[in-house]
Parts: sequence; structure tokens; C-alpha cells
Amino acid sequence: MGAPGGERSSRGERPPPARAALLSGLRRHLFASPSSALATLLVGGGLLALLPRAVHWLFTGAVYRADYDACRALAYSAACWGFVAEKHRLILFGRYPYAEQWRPLVATLLVLLTLFVSAHPRAWRRGLLLLWALVLIAFLLFMGGGAAGLSRVEPAEWGGFPLTVILTVVGVAASIPLGIVLALGRRSRLPLARGACTLYIELVRGVPLITVLFVASFVFPLLMPGGLKLDVLTRITLGITLFQAAYMAEVIRGGLQALPRGQFEAAAALGLSSWQTQAKVILPQALVLVIPSLVNSLLSTFMDTSLVTVVSLYDLTGSLRLALGDPRWRNFFLEGYLFVGALYFVCCLAMSRYSQWLERRLGRWIRRPEARPA
Amino acid sequence: MKDPMIELAGVNKWFGRFHVLVDIDLLVGRGERIVVCGPSGSGKSTLIRLVNRLEEHQEGRILVDGVLLTDDLRAIERIRREVGMVFQSFNLFPHLTALENVALAPTFVLGLPRAEALERAAQQLARVRIADQAHKHPGQLSGGQQQRVAIARALCMQPKIMLFDEPTSALDPEMVKEVLDVMLELAAQGMTMVVVTHEMGFARQVADRVIFMDEGRIVEENPPAEFFAHPRNERTRDFLAKVLPR
Repeated sequence: MGAPGGERSSRGERPPPARAALLSGLRRHLFASPSSALATLLVGGGLLALLPRAVHWLFTGAVYRADYDACRALAYSAACWGFVAEKHRLILFGRYPYAEQWRPLVATLLVLLTLFVSAHPRAWRRGLLLLWALVLIAFLLFMGGGAAGLSRVEPAEWGGFPLTVILTVVGVAASIPLGIVLALGRRSRLPLARGACTLYIELVRGVPLITVLFVASFVFPLLMPGGLKLDVLTRITLGITLFQAAYMAEVIRGGLQALPRGQFEAAAALGLSSWQTQAKVILPQALVLVIPSLVNSLLSTFMDTSLVTVVSLYDLTGSLRLALGDPRWRNFFLEGYLFVGALYFVCCLAMSRYSQWLERRLGRWIRRPEARPA
Repeated sequence: MKDPMIELAGVNKWFGRFHVLVDIDLLVGRGERIVVCGPSGSGKSTLIRLVNRLEEHQEGRILVDGVLLTDDLRAIERIRREVGMVFQSFNLFPHLTALENVALAPTFVLGLPRAEALERAAQQLARVRIADQAHKHPGQLSGGQQQRVAIARALCMQPKIMLFDEPTSALDPEMVKEVLDVMLELAAQGMTMVVVTHEMGFARQVADRVIFMDEGRIVEENPPAEFFAHPRNERTRDFLAKVLPR
């Protein structure tokens, strides 16, 4: 605030002084001190020495055809993308019947397209839930068949990228609402609800995911009453959801705690019930505050799905290992992992960029309550 | 008093072992304007926060428009519908626009159709002369504008009683007047008001009675003319000497 009563000085039209041209900018950032100059030279020199070889290995010298003899002739002096060319369908779709692999392709594209459509806050209406329900039914229909002239394919045979995608999407989508309930429960004034939620969260967080998957896969069926049979994929999805929900709950609780008491009081004074307060005032703010951590959980779920190989489901990583089971190609594992790694990286980068965009868009007003008009 | 809106009898309240409010008796009639003042920590905010149950009292009786305030949620809901509150720190909902802030409670508490709630909200924003800012978020408004939106938000529930908890204390000096002006108009329209404030000019101009609190007790209670001209209690005189301009 300026001095009270003082005349406001007129603000000039002069732009800020021009900042450093390219050369001096380089000097400031890279050669500011002797040690920084040394680091620049070392890193720069290293890059210059390695880059041509990397480009040669990855691209210019590589074999792209699925030609085993040409790959052997390279003697590992360059990449053999022929392995990926030969095995890409096994890597991407796992043990899904070869002739029917257009079905997982369509199903996955459908889910990805729906994800894309739902990304914008303007799409967040009630109809979106209906759309997702339909898309999930379509996904199951395409993948599982057994209707509409599609042959039956058991979930145990699903694999590759579609499996990774559906485990992540369903796991995250189901664990967020569950996490919200657990987080609210842990802050509840009712001792029983609070105790139950706390116990659940602490128990689940004390167990590794791999144990949860084993239990879901092998122990759970033994405990189920005879009539009820869930296929392995459903059990695993349930396991991932219940596991991830405990982490989501703590992330969301962090957001709830960040909100000032005044928000609760204002809502109460207006006569909103505690549920209305949570739904209309508290959660919309808390969830935006925790977008970065939610995305963290999203990414780790995405990666953690590769653990399902321990219960004989073959996600992207798992089906790469299937592909490497071929003795002719098994020495080209590096190319295989690079390919799968690149796919993971692109997906994660997209999610992370999206979350930054979403955070800016939704969080404009939430983080700066003290902001003044320009 | 023929038509009491708020009635406190023998009210006591503790925070832990700290005795915040001691044997409070207070009657506020319909259309009456009460200003509560006193040094910080004297319990004046706690006093008005008892009325809409933002704080619970441990002893005594509180009646608001004839409804006895107990643990019964329905009684609390009923009372909160009739009592509007304005806070020192505004407490607007930052994720909603000014208009949405005002329309929220009518939509979900009264169950009005959205269009009607928005219409009503727009009227209240016009009443506090801020209709042109309806589609801005609180973060884009000045403190004075935010506090006026907060007043509109409370008024939109058509309360019978308005509580103000130091409504101008968090404002920059040049914004105090725009908020006080809105409160003056409200008083002129016959609203029952209980205002915790250090704005003695407002007390002089508007209050039917001024209440002075110290250490959890009501020490003095008089019409403003008497209160300012002949403060009876020594602590009142000390306090007035500090807050009144010489």
C-alpha cells in the first residue's frame, strides 16, 4: 500500500530495460564462475563426444527391418529395431489371439479418445459418467467378446498395452472416490468412522502392492463362497483400487487440511449441511490443491500395473518379456526395453503436462485469495 | 422487551479451562441494533458466534426467534437459516464467482431452482452496489468489495438477524466506508443487527445500545449517547480513551 493521502505517482509508459542478448545470456548462465565454466565444459564436451555415437546407435546405423541376419551382422554396434518390428504385436497386445488383435486396438483407442474428450473441465458434467459407463461396456465387449459375433477371449489372455491402460484407468477412477470417502472418514467426528478409516489406511499402506496382488489372485478365490466367482482381472483391478485408495485418501486429506477454518464456518453459517459443505465448498478446493500429488499417484499406478506379471497377467512390460522368450531375438532386450520405456515416457509426459495445465486453469483463484485487482 | 429475537440467559462458555464468557444475559429485540465492543480477548466474537452455534455454550439458555438452541441439528439448521453472518476475513469461497458465492446457499439450502437463485443473488449484489463485479472471483476483488459480496451472500438467505464479526478490521482504511455504508442502509431498513466493531462512529450513528465487554463479562450496556458521554465503569472509560480520537 502506498502512503495514505499521498498523490499516486503517474506510471510511465517505459518498458523494463531490455535483458541481455543471447551471448551475454549464455555467459551469465553457463560461465558465471570458474567452477560453472568447468562444469559447462565437462558436460558439453561429454555430450559432444557421446551424441554422434548415440545417434548412430539409435538411428542412422540401426536396422529397422525384421531381418534377423542383418541384426546379427550388426554385432550390437547399432540398434536392431527389427526385433520391435517383428514382435510389436506381441509386445503391445500380449497373448491376445493374433487374428483378433484389432479388437484390443479399437478398445484401447476408444478409451484413450474418451480420456482426451474428458480432459477439459467443460466436459465435466453428469453425462460424462454415462459416457464412461458406455465406453467401459464397449471396452469389455470388444476385449471379451462372447456377443455380437465376437469370439470369447478370457480376461486371463488379455495383455499388453490395453491391460496397462484399463488397469490404470479403472484403478485410478475408482480409487479417487474411495479415497475421498476414506479421507473424509478419517476427519469425521464419529469415532467409529474415524477409527475404521484410519485403520484401513494404515493397514493398506503397510503392505506392499505385490502382496495385495498375490492375495487378490490366489488367496481371495479360496475365501470366496462357492457360488461367487470373479475372474482374475476383476480381482486384480479390485486389489489395485483398494490399495491405491489408501494413498489417495492421504493425498486428499492433505488438501482438506490446507483449507482455512473460515471456509467451514462460512458454509455452516449459511446453513449448508456438512455433506453440502464438503461437496460444494471444501472438496472442489481441496482436490485442486492436490492435483500434483494426485498425478503422482496416477503415474505410480500406471507404472505399478507392471507388477501384475507376478500373477501371470501380462501388461506392457510383461508381454515384452514374453516377446523376449523367443531364443532368436532374446539378445535384443535393450531395444525392447527402450521401445516400452519410450511408450511409458510419452504417456507419463502427457499426463504430467496435462496436470500442469489443469492446475493452472482450475487453481487460478484458489491459491491466491489475497490477490488484488490489477 | 416485547419481541425478543435473541435471548441469552446465564450463558457460560469455556475453551478448555479458560472461562471465555461469564454469566452472560442479553436480550436483543426485533429491529434492534446492538454494537458490541471491548478489548481483544474480551469474548465479544465468541459471544456472537454462540448465536448461530459456530461455538457451543456449556451453560445457560440461548433462544433465537423463539427457538431453543440445543444439540438438536434441526434447531441449529432452523436458526442458521434465520441468522446471517459476516466475518472479519470475509471467508468467501474462492473457487466460485461473486454471483455463485451468493447463489450457493439459496440453491442448496433453500432448494431454489438455479435460475431463480441466480436472479435473487444478482438482486443482492445490486443491493450492495457490486452488480458489475458479479462474474469475478473473490481473488480479483478488493477487500471492501469482497466484504460487500459476503454481506450479499448472507442477505440472500433473507435472514431475520445479521451478525457482524469485526467486518471492517481486515480492510485497508480507504475501504472501510463502503462497507459501513452498506451496513448503515441495512440498519435503516430495520434489520436486527449485532455488530462487533471498534468503529465508534458507526456505534454512535446506528446503535440502539452499545455493549462493552471485558474479561468475558458484559460490563456496561447503554444507549450510545449515554455510553459515550457518561461511561460508568472505569474499564469502559479506559477503553474509550484508547479508541476514541482526541
